[in-house]
Amino acid sequence: MSAIAYPINEAKAVERPQALRDPDWVRWSLTAVAVGFIVLFLCLPLGIVIIEAFSKGWQTYWSALTQPDAQAAMQLTLLTALVTVPLNTVFGVAAAWAITRFEFRGKSLLTTLIDLPFSVSPVISGLIFVLLFGAQGWFGEWLSAHDVKVLFAVPGILLATLFITFPFVARELIPLMQEMGSEEEEAALSLGASGWRTFFWVTLPNIKWALLYGVLLCNARAMGEFGAVSVVSGHIRGLTNTLPLHVEVSYNEYDFVGAFASASILAGLAIVTLILKSALEWRQARR
Amino acid sequence: MSILLSNISKKFGRFSALNNINLEIPEGELVALLGPSGCGKTTLLRIIAGLERPDQGRVLLNGEDKTEQHVSHRGIGFVFQHYALFRHMTVFDNVAFGLRVKPRRERPGEHEIVKKVHALLELVQLDWLHDRYPDQLSGGQRQRIALARALAVEPSVLLLDEPFGALDASVRKDLRQWLRNLHHELNVTSIFVTHDQEEAMEVASRVVVLNQGRIEQQGSPSDIYDHPANAFVSRFIGQTNVFTPEQQDDAWLATFGLQPGKTAHVRPHDIDIEKSSEQDAQAILKDWQHLGALIRVELVKNGSNDRFYAEMPNEHFKRLQLDKGDKVSLRIRQAHWF
Repeated sequence: MSAIAYPINEAKAVERPQALRDPDWVRWSLTAVAVGFIVLFLCLPLGIVIIEAFSKGWQTYWSALTQPDAQAAMQLTLLTALVTVPLNTVFGVAAAWAITRFEFRGKSLLTTLIDLPFSVSPVISGLIFVLLFGAQGWFGEWLSAHDVKVLFAVPGILLATLFITFPFVARELIPLMQEMGSEEEEAALSLGASGWRTFFWVTLPNIKWALLYGVLLCNARAMGEFGAVSVVSGHIRGLTNTLPLHVEVSYNEYDFVGAFASASILAGLAIVTLILKSALEWRQARR
Repeated sequence: MSILLSNISKKFGRFSALNNINLEIPEGELVALLGPSGCGKTTLLRIIAGLERPDQGRVLLNGEDKTEQHVSHRGIGFVFQHYALFRHMTVFDNVAFGLRVKPRRERPGEHEIVKKVHALLELVQLDWLHDRYPDQLSGGQRQRIALARALAVEPSVLLLDEPFGALDASVRKDLRQWLRNLHHELNVTSIFVTHDQEEAMEVASRVVVLNQGRIEQQGSPSDIYDHPANAFVSRFIGQTNVFTPEQQDDAWLATFGLQPGKTAHVRPHDIDIEKSSEQDAQAILKDWQHLGALIRVELVKNGSNDRFYAEMPNEHFKRLQLDKGDKVSLRIRQAHWF
């Protein structure tokens, strides 16, 4: 599951003058192409995931999900999200604050760097950590001397996910905080409020919907990330497999029901995310 | 509380916003910082508030050096140009904010806060709006709520950044008078920033004229109007006709009492005109405009295109029985030389 970074809720159909209206056949064929694409590439695969998952009945579906490896994968995925999402929420708010409230050298560079995890292939992101913490990597010797396992273990997965999901919160907040300006915060300070009080009483209420939106996208990606995690995890069943990795492993072992059952969990997560996302967009549009 | 600024300088990058500003404001005054946009007046206000740090110089409030003190401890009230009301709070909560964030020892009880906030809202005559949100208020109402919020913490200095800048002309007129009266009532030292000379003259008891980061002149409104210290002030405050030796020939200036060879600034109401015969006419009446109580007359020198203006009361103009194209003679009552 890949998260969508730009909300498209502003796209409202406007009543256009007759002269600018396209002929009916153009409108209908364009609509048909769009609908056909969605059916072919979104609805059909989603349907297949669910049909395949239940192809051998409820019982098999349930046992595929409750087998120890699947359970371990789910737990690791949850742990990853629980660790990385709060951390990246804090990092994201801090980065957005620094960029929108302070003037400093290299600010535009920092703004660009925040987008780096989006522009680099996830596999490369994973490789970075292999190069840093692998046996031949920069810190490899020190780590093995101190008996710390990062690569092919949980810390590696957390680090890779942290890197991949870093931009989501900051990117949601920066444009909003730029547009809001800092006058309200200055007003709070001039009234005698401390910095923390100003943040929690004035800034946070103003950015909360955008923040939640960013957290939601961050969470979706943290749970769904495959590429970077695949490179650093080592695919040890029951230990370092997250849910997306478990899908791949099961599929490669011809355990189709197991693969599709796990996939259905991820697909369900995607649908819940979409619903929450629309709800948040609706809230934001109303404010 | 008295305010003393000594040697304040501030640069933004290479742009020098303020240059060695020295200013003393006695307690209880209502002062206007007046100047064209970009002259540094808002920066100066923000430095007094502690929202901006001067590169050099000191800010003394009541004789105490507060240059290094954080804005939240200075005890100032700041009203922002766009009001900066907390948009997610009701009017009541906005005004109560300053009281609720006080340290526990000084914080009044909730009952007292309620009483005080309602008293403040009554002071700005908007108590009936206490449960509204800022985006449900008009500009003038927001302005008054912002003022009530700033007053809630009983500031010793009240600072207002372009307080009427974003309002309609008619609302602005009302609020000016209202602010003057409020200042009389509260007698708290207040400074407001404006680029509108009329506003400064009408509201303030003292006007400080700033230009390009320097103080050009300070004094009472009538001081500044009647005795401008330099050409900039004379031109910026009120209307002025400028007669330069380069543009006008000496003989022409001499005929109506101006000293040749020097630049003269003449207020339009200091020019008297009279219908005149061909020989001693010095100017031609080109056009005239009705400004309410006054008539503004557009004049041009004989055989030239340089326009200048004279103003006179309505009645007086009627008595002169002048028409477009008439020749007139001039008399200058007063001029400023620079």
